[in-house]
Amino acid sequence: MNLTERLQRRVSETLPYEELMPAEQPIYVHSYVYLFGIATVASFILLIVSGIILSVFGPQWWHSSTVGHFVNSAHFWSVQAFFFFMVLHLWTAFFSGAWRDGRGLTWVSGMVTFLVSILTAFTGYLSQQNFDAQWIGVQGKDALNAVGVGAFFDALNFGQMYGFHIAVLPVIVAGLVGLHLMLVRLRGVVRPYPLDVEAREGARAGAEEVPV
Amino acid sequence: MTPSFMNAPAHYLHIGFVLISTANLLVIILMIVVFVAALLAPLPSRREQS
Amino acid sequence: MIARKKAYYAGIPTAPYDLVKELLVALAVVTAAVVIFALVLSSPDEPSLTLQSVSQSDPQGFVQTALGELNGSGGIANYGPPYNNGTANVQYLGPQIGPIGPFFSIQKLIGVHIPVDTAQDYVLGPLMQIAATVPGLSAALSTYNGASATQQSAWTDAYTKALGKATVSGVNLSVPSCACGPVTLMMSTILHLGQRGAMDGLLLTSNRFYRTDYTRPLLFMADDGAVASHAASFNLLGTQWGVMNETGNYPGQAWLWLYTTLYQIWPYNGPWAANADAMAILTVTILTLILMFIPWIPGLNRLPRYLGVYRLIWKDYYRRVRSGAIPWSE
Repeated sequence: MNLTERLQRRVSETLPYEELMPAEQPIYVHSYVYLFGIATVASFILLIVSGIILSVFGPQWWHSSTVGHFVNSAHFWSVQAFFFFMVLHLWTAFFSGAWRDGRGLTWVSGMVTFLVSILTAFTGYLSQQNFDAQWIGVQGKDALNAVGVGAFFDALNFGQMYGFHIAVLPVIVAGLVGLHLMLVRLRGVVRPYPLDVEAREGARAGAEEVPV
Repeated sequence: MTPSFMNAPAHYLHIGFVLISTANLLVIILMIVVFVAALLAPLPSRREQS
Repeated sequence: MIARKKAYYAGIPTAPYDLVKELLVALAVVTAAVVIFALVLSSPDEPSLTLQSVSQSDPQGFVQTALGELNGSGGIANYGPPYNNGTANVQYLGPQIGPIGPFFSIQKLIGVHIPVDTAQDYVLGPLMQIAATVPGLSAALSTYNGASATQQSAWTDAYTKALGKATVSGVNLSVPSCACGPVTLMMSTILHLGQRGAMDGLLLTSNRFYRTDYTRPLLFMADDGAVASHAASFNLLGTQWGVMNETGNYPGQAWLWLYTTLYQIWPYNGPWAANADAMAILTVTILTLILMFIPWIPGLNRLPRYLGVYRLIWKDYYRRVRSGAIPWSE
């Protein structure tokens, strides 16, 4: 059997090209809140670009170079933008009950991305090589040690934290974002809550949720 | 280039047991303002297809 | 999958939507905002503390810390896992309720994985490395290492008393003479090493050329209290909601608000204070899991409908359905 052919058929049936980049959306996708997700992605792209530049010149560059300090500042404010828009996107998904109709995994993947992002930010602060990094490390170690994690994840070990921050975690976050986006494309944007909920609930108890 | 006030000791708001820096408070207020604005602001209408 | 998606949308009108343009516009707007903030406000960069700066600004405190490392009375010496088998910082998952508790310690279960022998790592090791260069130091170290534990304690106790009566003038520390045996020379050498910047190098992993692990020097600074007092000036202490804060007037980590709030409220700042970290992490983990699995939690998963904010998100669509302009599709 030709594995390539089987994979090709599976992919084209599950997620054909046109579904990855649809040129139309249901008309209920019509509010500025739908932009927060893509704004988060844009912030993430900026983080990767500014982060790569910082890595290219080494972790000490930005302390003594004006251009380096600017790139670091861009990275710093991109972090603020990233969490700013991610939380607004979370509020949007929550208030619209976006997990309905079989979209539970989409919600979970988003939550996991949020948590891994927090860990990525933590390792980033530890990679700064300044007083803030020293302080966050010395404080953070107590929380990590309290639950045993500190034995394997040493906040005071710059080499380890830097490696997590520039390699391990960005790959994981990028993978999770990719999964999350793919799930949104696979299932489509969730439909609005029904109007006249009480009437419909009486008429058709439980039918609101489309079973997977 | 950096305004000197950015590296000065931070200002804090202390209400009851809550102690929050003005910078963080601004960020949180801005988040709420942007979210509410996004909910309320009308979008330009567009043509449709069935 | 796609057939199901098409069925899901059946009967709902669609409109053109340009995802690529949306991404490009978002990129342009966010980039512009980030560049403007970066140019105008820059980013914080408080210089690190060094053992040199710490020993010069507070020589008495520095020597006190070194003494605590030597005689095992210091914070790290008694900390517990992952550094050693002390108990001072061991935390349990489960609060003390009267005489009952604590319950279970993951910290103890996982145990020592980053062994730190404070006497050896912070005093004896560094001194032995440079002993040949300081007259009398090799002999002093032999005397100390050859003496009984009781004798060593007698010397360090005597030095502690003398240190309490020491006078400081700038970077100079004058400790009155005492019956402290070799400890006097050992401690004054440690201070000189610190103030000349040698301790910063000696405390990194020794016997290796390449170093990227700052665990040992940072633990020493944590014991010294130098880091904490410097942090207090920036409102970074835990009691100052420090987890959320940044040096200067920069925004910090507002997304950690829930975690840091717990430390400020009862019972985390009261009966559970000894296990505050473990209990705060446990609480946040539980709440996060609830939020993560909310799609499947009956009652909670209907919260968005009851809150009604969705009426604003889809106000356009509802208006048009109500007016009959478009059919409601089930």
